[in-house]
Amino acid sequence: MIAIDLAIVWAFIIAFAVFVYVVMDGFDLGLGILFPLFPEKHDRDVIMNTVAPVWDGNETWLVLGGGGLMAAFPLAYAVLMPALYTPMIVMLLGLVFRGVAFEFRWRTTRERNKWDVAFFGGSILATLAQGIALGAILQGVHVEGRHYAGGWWDWLTPFSILTGVALVIGYALLGATWLVMKTEGELRDRAYHLSWVFLLAMLGAIAAVSLATPFLHVQYTQRWFAWPNVLLTAQVPISVAVITALLLRSLAKKYDYQPFFLTLALFALSYAGLGISMFPYIVPQSITIWQAAAPANSQIFMLFGVAGLIPLILGYTAWAYWVFRGKVKPGSGYH
Amino acid sequence: MFEGWDAVVLARAQFAFTMSFHIIFPAFSIGLASYLAVLEALWLATGREVYINLFQYWLKIFAVAFAMGVVSGIVMSYQFGTNWSAFSDKVGPVIGPLMAYEVLTAFFLEAGFLGVMLFGLKRVGPRLHFLATLMVAIGTLISAFWILSANSWMQTPTGHTVNADGQFIAADWLKVIFNPSFPYRLVHMVLAAYLTTALVVGAVGAWHLLRDRHLAGPRVMFSMAMWMATLVAPIQIFAGDQHGLNTLEHQPVKIMAMEGHFHSHKDGAPLILFGLPNQQAGRVDYAIEVPKLGSVILKHSPDAPMAGLDTVPRENWPPVAITFWSFRIMVGMGLLMLALGLFSLLMRLRGTLYDSRLLHMFAVAMAPAGFIAVLAGWITTEVGRQPFTVYGLLRTVDSASPLAAPAVASSLIAFIIVYFVVFTAGMIYLLRLMAAPPHPGEEGPSHDAPIRTAGITPAAGAAVEGAAQ
Repeated sequence: MIAIDLAIVWAFIIAFAVFVYVVMDGFDLGLGILFPLFPEKHDRDVIMNTVAPVWDGNETWLVLGGGGLMAAFPLAYAVLMPALYTPMIVMLLGLVFRGVAFEFRWRTTRERNKWDVAFFGGSILATLAQGIALGAILQGVHVEGRHYAGGWWDWLTPFSILTGVALVIGYALLGATWLVMKTEGELRDRAYHLSWVFLLAMLGAIAAVSLATPFLHVQYTQRWFAWPNVLLTAQVPISVAVITALLLRSLAKKYDYQPFFLTLALFALSYAGLGISMFPYIVPQSITIWQAAAPANSQIFMLFGVAGLIPLILGYTAWAYWVFRGKVKPGSGYH
Repeated sequence: MFEGWDAVVLARAQFAFTMSFHIIFPAFSIGLASYLAVLEALWLATGREVYINLFQYWLKIFAVAFAMGVVSGIVMSYQFGTNWSAFSDKVGPVIGPLMAYEVLTAFFLEAGFLGVMLFGLKRVGPRLHFLATLMVAIGTLISAFWILSANSWMQTPTGHTVNADGQFIAADWLKVIFNPSFPYRLVHMVLAAYLTTALVVGAVGAWHLLRDRHLAGPRVMFSMAMWMATLVAPIQIFAGDQHGLNTLEHQPVKIMAMEGHFHSHKDGAPLILFGLPNQQAGRVDYAIEVPKLGSVILKHSPDAPMAGLDTVPRENWPPVAITFWSFRIMVGMGLLMLALGLFSLLMRLRGTLYDSRLLHMFAVAMAPAGFIAVLAGWITTEVGRQPFTVYGLLRTVDSASPLAAPAVASSLIAFIIVYFVVFTAGMIYLLRLMAAPPHPGEEGPSHDAPIRTAGITPAAGAAVEGAAQ
């Protein structure tokens, strides 16, 4: 066995892929969630066009997360997917509606409103399902041998509904701060207003999930509150407080870029909190990353690809964002 | 409800349904992405306006088809986990990395450059834009490489061992990736994608030529598409024959099902043209046969002995009727494509390529032929692999998740309803785009801002819709 612990390396890679997915498709889905709050057609055109060139690349991180999990931790993929059967199917169907709406709404005037509804419905369903899946994973699932052995409704609990709602709020905040950055005029003013609303809601959601999580399992409580761990874990809430203060200031000063990037920082901290709670389990309370790890030669074979290609992918993705930098002008491009 | 149903049968139906819907779009976008790259290259090289008009025209169609491919593809990537968790656990260490490489080398490339391809012409200039188009086209081909490698490994597994947990482990990645059936399957599928696209492009060109023989755009697209059909249809038939010989070597039982050979033939097997395979009785009813021809095609000798399904235990038989008929549908479509290619060549040589109404009507009728052939071909190879997911090593019944029939049935119904709604709408929008001829100054989805009206101003769009009602 080589010196580096492949399971830990891959846990970080998968976690990174999922995090990139959450923040990038997070603001795409957030725009869908905000759609009903922008009833004007010209506003909706602009909102869609802020992400139309990049949404597909953002969603690809979800495929990498799922495919990577199957390849690097096949046992975890094989246990979690049946355990999350219903939320996964709902998420997929939501993403179908959301994805085609990007193209379809430009192809029709008669049915445009229907595709706007599909864009909103697909976005909110997919987000709820992702949040519920997260809550269900944190709760732990019933495993026997190498199979999921729980029921079809185990995923549905007050806690998972809480995480589902929390994610809807979080994505909406990402979407609102993205609009602050990418639009101007009346649309941007409304996005500011919504950023305030969803920031306060998100702080409430973070608090609720943070308070509820330690009561799920004694392991989580010990992880967060046992001495001397608490010296490290306390940094997370302290950082959240600092970032929140900065975020409130940036909104008050009507900055363009800061709100979005500080929201990303809030997501990163919440995500780190999840990691602290779960490690080293990949299926909490039953399967560790070492138990789920694929054979070393599979993980090494893929490591070459990840090491070589992820920087390249980040490079040309950044270029695409650079090409479409700046504010999206309402109405331009109409002939 | 559904309590008495077999959860594995429902999971298989769900896979077949979602896969069939999905494969239509990649088959079309692999070919169309390459066609777009060729059109843009011709425009850059010659500066002729007709090429950029055609590029913008087909780009809109590509955008709609590609979006449907993306959303139906994500469903596939998660379905392995939801419905086939035992398969994922056992085969994940081998198949998983191949699919992960597909995401890293292909999906990101396509998605990353798609935005620039659709919206970026004025922002980045023609040369960088052509690079983006090229990257998208290359991405589709790389995607075909990895996914067909993974599927081929399931058909002809090599280069692996099995560990104590019953998981397949790669012993030699090169042997896994370049397994025996992979080169044949890759060539056959990429050619199929090119032909499928050519038949659609040709049909759209012919449709507009039937209305006006003098339109520059349709003339160019029709001519290009007919060249593809003329040249590639015979190559594809040869490639398919080679693929079949490879299958005979590695998956003989699949060939027995395709040929309807229930019985062994010691001195030359017939070619059964048509008949009704009877799985229960183990014979083909009402068979129309050509004596000895089966051995001639498969063994290149009229008296070569051919083993039949009577040498195989019944529990290892694939569903013969489906395999037998889907194979014949695929071959029939291939022969029709050959006929179209030859007919168009004849007209071209006589100088009446743009005038023969019969040829144009034939080309329009052939629009769906590529899709039908692709679906029939995949049904042949996948159903012919049954009752295994990994040929000879892992049974389909041992691959499924610990599913409850009601859950699978509910999700299957949900998929059927959603796909029917979404893809029907998508088809209508695609046909509407194709119904309008390309015109000079074709407005593609490429404006200063990433706003797009898809070349249809709202007013014109309403007019088109009004006409379509």
